[in-house]
This record gives sequence, C-alpha cells and structure tokens, in this order.
Amino acid sequence: MSAPLPEQPYVVELREVTKVYRGGVRALRGVDLLVERGELVAIAGPSGSGKSTLLHLIGTLDRPTTGTVRIAGYDVAGLPDRELSALRARHLGFVFQQFHLAPGMSALDNVADGLLYTGTPLRTRRERAAAALERVGLGHRLGHRPHQMSGGEQQRVAVARAVAGDPPLLLADEPTGNLDSAAGAEVLGVLRDLHAAGTTIAVITHDPEIAEWCPRQVRVRDGRVVADPGAGAGRRPPGPNPKALEARAGVPGPAGRVPAREATGGAR
Amino acid sequence: MTRERLTPARLGPSDVLRTGAAGLRTRPARVLLSALGIAIGIATMIAVLGISSSSREQLMRQLDRLGTNLLTIAPGQTMFGEQAKLPVEALGMVRRIGPVRTASATGLVDTTIRRTDRIPKAVTGGIAVQAATSDLLATLEGKVVKGAWLNAATEARPAVVLGATAAQRLGIGRIGVQVWMGERWFTVVGILGPMPLAPEIERSALVGFPAAEKYLGFDGHPTTIYERSAEEAVEAVRAVLPRTVNPENPEEVTVSRPSDALAARAAAAGAFTNLLLGLGAVALLVGGVGVANTMVISVLERRKEIGLRRSLGATRGQVRLQFLAESLLLSALGGVAGAVLGGLATVGYALSRGWPPVVPAWAFAGAVGATLVIGTLAGLYPAMRAARLSPTVALAAT
Repeated sequence: MSAPLPEQPYVVELREVTKVYRGGVRALRGVDLLVERGELVAIAGPSGSGKSTLLHLIGTLDRPTTGTVRIAGYDVAGLPDRELSALRARHLGFVFQQFHLAPGMSALDNVADGLLYTGTPLRTRRERAAAALERVGLGHRLGHRPHQMSGGEQQRVAVARAVAGDPPLLLADEPTGNLDSAAGAEVLGVLRDLHAAGTTIAVITHDPEIAEWCPRQVRVRDGRVVADPGAGAGRRPPGPNPKALEARAGVPGPAGRVPAREATGGAR
Repeated sequence: MTRERLTPARLGPSDVLRTGAAGLRTRPARVLLSALGIAIGIATMIAVLGISSSSREQLMRQLDRLGTNLLTIAPGQTMFGEQAKLPVEALGMVRRIGPVRTASATGLVDTTIRRTDRIPKAVTGGIAVQAATSDLLATLEGKVVKGAWLNAATEARPAVVLGATAAQRLGIGRIGVQVWMGERWFTVVGILGPMPLAPEIERSALVGFPAAEKYLGFDGHPTTIYERSAEEAVEAVRAVLPRTVNPENPEEVTVSRPSDALAARAAAAGAFTNLLLGLGAVALLVGGVGVANTMVISVLERRKEIGLRRSLGATRGQVRLQFLAESLLLSALGGVAGAVLGGLATVGYALSRGWPPVVPAWAFAGAVGATLVIGTLAGLYPAMRAARLSPTVALAAT
C-alpha cells in the first residue's frame, strides 16, 4: 500500500469544501477538515447536517462543488473517474449501515471480492480474506452465507471486506445503525482493535454515544463543522464501549434493529 | 502532486466471468426462463438445418449407390406432333457405342394385365405391360425379391415378372400365380424390388421380347432404352445417342438422365428450409429481447451492488464489462442448450426416417456467433446504464 510521505501527514484534507446539489440544496457550506494517519474520528450530526455528503466526498464517490478534497495525498478534483476508482480500490475501505453483502456468496468470497479491483490474484484474495475474517473474530465463519449469520456478524464481515486490503482510511457510515446493542458492541470492538493496530477510521454517525466513544468528534450542523478538537486528537484510544454497557444493562439501544435505513442523506 | 499515478487494476478474464456468473447464480429461475428463449431459437435453426442436411445427405448417398451413369433413351415426337418410334435396331446400335457397358430395352405392349378374365378390360390399375430384354435387370442393377428374372427359356414363354408397385396393386405376393394378359393366362415367375432410377419399371409387368411378339402382338419397337457407360463418358455418349439410335431422324429421340431427378431433389431439399430458418431467427430475436429485458431488470434491482462495487474501486468500464459478461453468459447458456436440443431433434428425426443424421459444422458455428451477437446487443444498453449510474445514487437506492 502507499507509503506515508513526510510532507503529507494527512489522510483526509478538506479545505473550504462546499457542495451544492442540483436543485440548489447547499449540503456543505465551507468545510475544513484534516485527519491524520491513525486517528479514530467520529463525524457526528443530526439528519440533514451534511454528514453523508461529507462521507461521499471523503470516499471520493462524489466531487465537491468548490474547495479542495485531498485523500491520501491525491487531489480528487484532478482525477478522472478511472483514477478515482483506483484510489478507492487501494486507499479506501467502506462499511455501510446496510452491510451490502452478496446473498449467495460465502463470507470468505464476500470479503475476497473486496480485493477484486486491486489486481490481486484470486488465491491471494482468498488468503487475505481469511486473514481479515480472522481479524474481526469470524475465522470460524468462513463458509457461512450472510443469511446464516447474525446482524453483528454480517457487519463484521463487511468490516473485514473493507480492511482486507489494508486501506489507509476506513469509512464507516452508521456501522451500528441496523444493529442491536450487543451486535453494535461487537462492531465497535472490531473498530477499536483496528484503530489500535493503526488504521485511520472515520465513523459517520448520528448516535451521540458512538460519537462520545471516539477520541475525536467532528460535529457537523447545517453544512458546517461546528466543533472539532483538531487534527491529531483522534490518535488516543477510544473510551469504554457504550454499546457493551447498554447490552449488559439490558437497555435497548437508541438504534435498535431498524429495518429501514435512517434518512442520513436528508440534506438532499 | 508528487504521488504515483493511479491506474485501475485490470480484471482477468476469469474474474470477469466470475462476476458475470455471480449475478446469474442468485436468480436461477429467471436465468433458465430467459435462456430458454434463446435456446428455442437456436434449437429451431439447428434442427431445420440439420434435418434438411440429413435429408440431402440421404439423397446424395442414394445417388452414390445408384450411380449417375445411367441414361434412358425414349422416342420423342415427329415433326408433325405424332408419337415417334425408335427403330427396331436401336438397341443394337447403342450397344455398339464404345464406352457403353450395358444397354437394354423395354417396349410398351398394347394390352393390359388383370387378375382374371372376369375383370373388365378398362381396369388396368395403372400397370403397363412391357416387353423387356433379358439383361434389363443387370443394366438397372435391380433386384428380384421373389422368384427369378426372365431367362432364355422363360422370355419366350407366357411368363411375367412384376414390378414392385405392380405386384402390390394386383395384390400378388408370391410367384406361380396366373394372371390374364391379352387373351390368355400368363404365370408370374418373379417379383422385383424397388427401382429408384426407373420407377416406371416398378409399375410394369414385364414379359420377354419373343413372348410379347408371339402372344401379345408386340411390334418389336423399343420404347425405352436403358444404357450404362463409364462415368466419365456419360456426356460424350449422351451427345452421340440420338444419331446412333435414329440416324434418319435424330431429333425424334429424347435422352434423359434419371439421376438428374434425384440430384434435383437433393438440391431442392434445402429450399423449403428458408421459411423455417426465418421462424427460428424470429424466435432467437424474441429470446434476445427477453435477455435484454432480464438484464435491464437486473441492473435496476442491483443498484446497491453496483454502488458497492464502485466503492470497492470498480471503474465504470468494469461495471459495464460485468453486466455485458452476464448477458453473454446468459445467452451462451441458451445457445449451448439450444444447440444440444437442436442436435438431438435432428438425430431423432433422421433416425426415425432412416436417414444419416448430419448437422453441418457451420450451423453450430453460426449458432455460437448468433448467441454472441444477441448477448452483446441485449447486454449493451443495460450495461451502459449500470456504468452510468452515479455511485452515491446507487448506494442510496432502496
């Protein structure tokens, strides 16, 4: 994977980024955000705050209207679609609220497909997929299909898929949004371990507990960053797992099993 | 920027196939139904081509077996429009032509054959009574299925050999039966097998030349001369026959080659297939539309998967390729199934008719080509749609 360049310590570098959607909705109104390597950052805000738009821009799935987005040192504005795709393949890992696992395929193949577009041969893909599943504690579930697994396990498979290629940046969009407390605790535990091992993680969430848990919280409201302790704050270890406490107390989490996706993209 | 240039990784052919097949595996019923459309089209075309080829092959083999070196000589018309006659010496003249190997003659006798004298004269059953030279059977390479052919003894006696059709029409299945010819009884001494090159013999009752002259008032003029020569000399012989047979009036002689009729049938065997082939093509087209329809629905249903793949780093081209591969696999599946079905139908039909089953290789090649073209055309538009989908829209799809 990419070697860190000394003059480029930021994995994510957003400067005066605005995003105006067709129809005139201003989702982002001038965002500056720097994320260093190894940080665990929560990007938190209510529905319609623009945090999903932020995720799409950081994930290079979309381009800013104005301003500069630099991911792993690459200026997104200057890259054609092909090169953006390659950037995503090699430098970014995504975890979605809805897991997005292929139903007919085993956990191993689902994770191995995460490396499909990196140019890795099939055998190596499978080996690294097995290693990644081991890492999220699912070494015993390699042959299971998604429907044979619990929600927490499915999301851990999705995390394994995202980190199988050791991307410098992992983006998690409401990773516990569809999970109960116990399953959410599993996933947060996996994220904590990945962070401890040095992966840069950005968690997009509207759940204040998860935001509190992260060592650095970037609060977004009405398309602006309203609070940010600053780059580097996210290097500290996270706090106690809020979902685990909840699960122990038997309190249903605020984000229990919600089948419908919560409208995080309300800005649009 | 000082960073390395980003180039998307190329997907190997096996990965393209795997991703294409992954989409099919999860929806087997739909895959089967849409592949069925292609299969029916291909099967129809293969079967139509196969059956007509088998029929042609059968005729060609028959032709090979019968030979194409047989010529028949018959009298034409005089310049006044009357029926001409071949000279009595005609047969001898033909036999004297160099390349001629054998020549025989039949002469139409103006009488009828009936089971008994009680049957009215008018009921002829369409059977001709003919005088035949004793080497006729050898010239025609025919076979006797019952009894014996005319020999030096029986050709002068009231003995008759029946053609296969004639025997059937008279209801005679054994020899030794008496039949009423002219004004007296004749004995059936033989029954002939089928004669594909001389069907008129099948419908004849044959007596020897001397017997015909003696008992039936035959005038000795042959009405058909059958002649076989070396294969390569057929055209040369054909050119000299009229003048040899009737030097005074060569224009009154008609020469024909019976095998030409078979060859024409072989050539015509493929003619009716164009319509059926067109039907197969329509079926194939409908199948292609079915595949396109399935692919469009598949793209609509799988927007999230497309979004996911884009987030995993798939380029637009790779998404397009995936859906194109899926469409190609789908129609190839139908094509293979159709080719197998068409082949089986051909073999089944040909065997039931006693033909050699033949499917031309180019028909299979054409089927493969047709399925590839259909698959590409059907998949192109859905694949473009999939590739054009914006990743954020695709991920937000419900």
